[in-house]
Amino acid sequence: MDKIFEKGGKLYWLHSTVDAFESFLHVPGTVTLKGSHVRDAIDLKRLLILVVFAAAPAALFGMWNVGYQHGLAMGQTGVHILEYFWFGFLKVLPLYLVSYIVGLGIEFASSQIRGEEVSEGYLVSGFFIPLIVPVDIPLWMLAVAVAFAVVFGKEIFGGTGMNIWNPALLTRAFLFFSYPNYMSGSECWIAFRKGETAVADAFTGATPLALDGPAQYGTGFWDLFIGTVPGSVGETSVIAILLGAFLLLWTGIASWKIMCGSVAGALLVGGIGQLAGITDIPFYMQLLYGGFAFGTVFMATDPVTSCQTECGKWIYGLLIGMLCITVRLFNPGYAEGMMLAILLMNTFSPLIDHCVTGAHISRRFKKLKAA
Amino acid sequence: MSNNIVLKKGLDIPVSGCADLVVSKSMQPSVVAVEPGGIKGLLPRLLVKEGDRVLCGSPVIADKQNPGILLTAPASGTVKEIVRGEKRKLLAVLIQVDDRQEYVQFDTSDVKTALMQSGLWPLLVQRPYGVLADPAAAPKGIFVSAFHTSPLAADTEFTLGGEVQSIQKGIDALATIAPVHVSLDGSRKDSAFSRLTGCTLHSFRGKHPAGNVGVQISHISPIMKGETVWTVSLAGLAAIGKLFATGRCNLRRKVAVGGPAALCPSYVEALPGTPMKSFVAFWGNTEEQIRIISGDILSGAAVGKDGYLGRDDDQVTIIREGVDKELLGWIRPIRFRQFSTDHSYFSWLMPWRKYDMDTNLHGGPRPFLMNDNYYSKVLPMDIYPVFLAKACLAGDIEKMEKFGIYEVLPEDLAVCEFVDPSKNYIQDIIAKGIDLMLKEMA
Repeated sequence: MDKIFEKGGKLYWLHSTVDAFESFLHVPGTVTLKGSHVRDAIDLKRLLILVVFAAAPAALFGMWNVGYQHGLAMGQTGVHILEYFWFGFLKVLPLYLVSYIVGLGIEFASSQIRGEEVSEGYLVSGFFIPLIVPVDIPLWMLAVAVAFAVVFGKEIFGGTGMNIWNPALLTRAFLFFSYPNYMSGSECWIAFRKGETAVADAFTGATPLALDGPAQYGTGFWDLFIGTVPGSVGETSVIAILLGAFLLLWTGIASWKIMCGSVAGALLVGGIGQLAGITDIPFYMQLLYGGFAFGTVFMATDPVTSCQTECGKWIYGLLIGMLCITVRLFNPGYAEGMMLAILLMNTFSPLIDHCVTGAHISRRFKKLKAA
Repeated sequence: MSNNIVLKKGLDIPVSGCADLVVSKSMQPSVVAVEPGGIKGLLPRLLVKEGDRVLCGSPVIADKQNPGILLTAPASGTVKEIVRGEKRKLLAVLIQVDDRQEYVQFDTSDVKTALMQSGLWPLLVQRPYGVLADPAAAPKGIFVSAFHTSPLAADTEFTLGGEVQSIQKGIDALATIAPVHVSLDGSRKDSAFSRLTGCTLHSFRGKHPAGNVGVQISHISPIMKGETVWTVSLAGLAAIGKLFATGRCNLRRKVAVGGPAALCPSYVEALPGTPMKSFVAFWGNTEEQIRIISGDILSGAAVGKDGYLGRDDDQVTIIREGVDKELLGWIRPIRFRQFSTDHSYFSWLMPWRKYDMDTNLHGGPRPFLMNDNYYSKVLPMDIYPVFLAKACLAGDIEKMEKFGIYEVLPEDLAVCEFVDPSKNYIQDIIAKGIDLMLKEMA
């Protein structure tokens, strides 16, 4: 049975796929060939599935919130919590299907072309993508964006572990620049069924960031902290994101230095903006708005695209926080800066590492020469 | 004691099967092997033919580039067979051992000549690159680690604690070439080796690889470009001492035999080149697939049942081959029988536990994905392991120099390889990097 999938066999072109499913079912009986004869029980599958678990609270809350926001817009009251969730689940499920079918399809095919095992990296990216897009995004757009991000963001560099930019954010960036009408403004953040329009008077579905007038939902600290506001599916609930952050920090997959750096940078610029009178938003509220929390916890900390060195992680995190809030303060056209801040810092993270390692090495040589 | 160094990073791998501190057997094999493999930089030229008589200490193999450097017979007897591999590569010279041992008596008036003639010179390893020491080189120091931290390693206080006088003789001899540095186990107060004189004593305390001489050098006197140092194992130093005390070559040593698949783990007395068949009592007639390693589980050589004890090894480890598939293994919340340093498992809750580890890779090979810190947290050296490995993969000489290729041998990064979730062969990557350096710098 196995032979037809081996090199020279009839179904060799399915080799990577079969291998992926096989190693998904069980840890293979592969033994070490050289070097260390024993190995730690950890592998990338387990590390990456933990990231998915960490993002699960945000995803589940996001699904409920999709239903809840729809209910608010339609003026419904007294709807059961599960009904809200079911509405949101049915809205988000197609996003997941598209994300995984398109992304994994490309991933499997490229792994086969490279003759490698399928890497688990897309497991995580595919889980994040539906959480950072508006829920009503047309599915074909999502498919195109996913294909772009996976092919040009990842596969052409050699697959998982080789990419420069976070593939999930690249998907969002592609959508943002290609289809801006679907990605910003006040219409896109709440799900509607075909033919539905909002019934509530003077209703606006803008995220609190883009809000000029009053809204029908709260924009206070607790509303934003719990996440009962419109926004991308998974980004609204800071408390659900914090749950994920604890898991990521405990297992050491995400770096606390990046998270702290980003928060510190945001507070700094937010504080300066408030003191200088550029904005009247209290500086701590900046942490709750928009995609800042989700970006800080799940996107900026991606170990592949972030800085490798410990000192570099501080710089990288700080700059992400500062850039994000700077965009928010000075760009009235587009109120959310997290995505572009992270992508920009992804681009610069090798440079930061280069400087940090260079400084470390020259400092060390000087010390040795003096000794 | 001049230097007390405490290393915080590192990892003691909790594998079961530690050898009891008792010598269960004194090996008297009928055949011993002289293997030129494993000595980097030695181009072997055969000096004997089948049927020749050799004494303990008689030359068997010489180095082509430096004909003064010899490999000698560890026991007296008759050359039984010359084993060759592909392209007639010399693999081993097998010697049928006599019942009564006769020794070549060496003149020990000149240290270097005595070491070369007696065949003990290859015990000296030259860094950078871990090659056969060049007799013309002027090393800035000779470094000795007086303890092991590697998993299931021989306890040097037990194996060599009684040979302090020989070790002192060895230090006295080597000190005529370069200053000798000996690193002691800082966690032991009553070390037999703390009375050594004529050398600089250092004390290291920490988890593995704190006992690796490479790690110790990087804290005592890091190797800069253009510098060389020599290292020698403690057992090798004792053999050198015996040469200068008696004029004879005597490599007999206590060897720890252990591992999860070993029956009655204990010590034996054996010569380098002893066939693994002599160790058969330690695995009995098991039906399981086992791997027999001359050395430790992190960087020893899998020699198999037909192999021989390595030239400078004082440890044999026997572990099961991990060929079993484990259903949904990677996603189970608790895998009680597996050890992991990662917090996604629960081994950290039971720091006292020892594990029956096997050779399973526990995953598939992937590109490096985790940060440098994931690896450097177990490496007590001032280098960036992932940056170094990537420089080696890219073959970028300048970056390899920058990231510390002069300071490491593959064994120093073995713990990084152990914890790697991407299952890369980091030691092999470093070894290839070193080969490239040797080629380019020659």
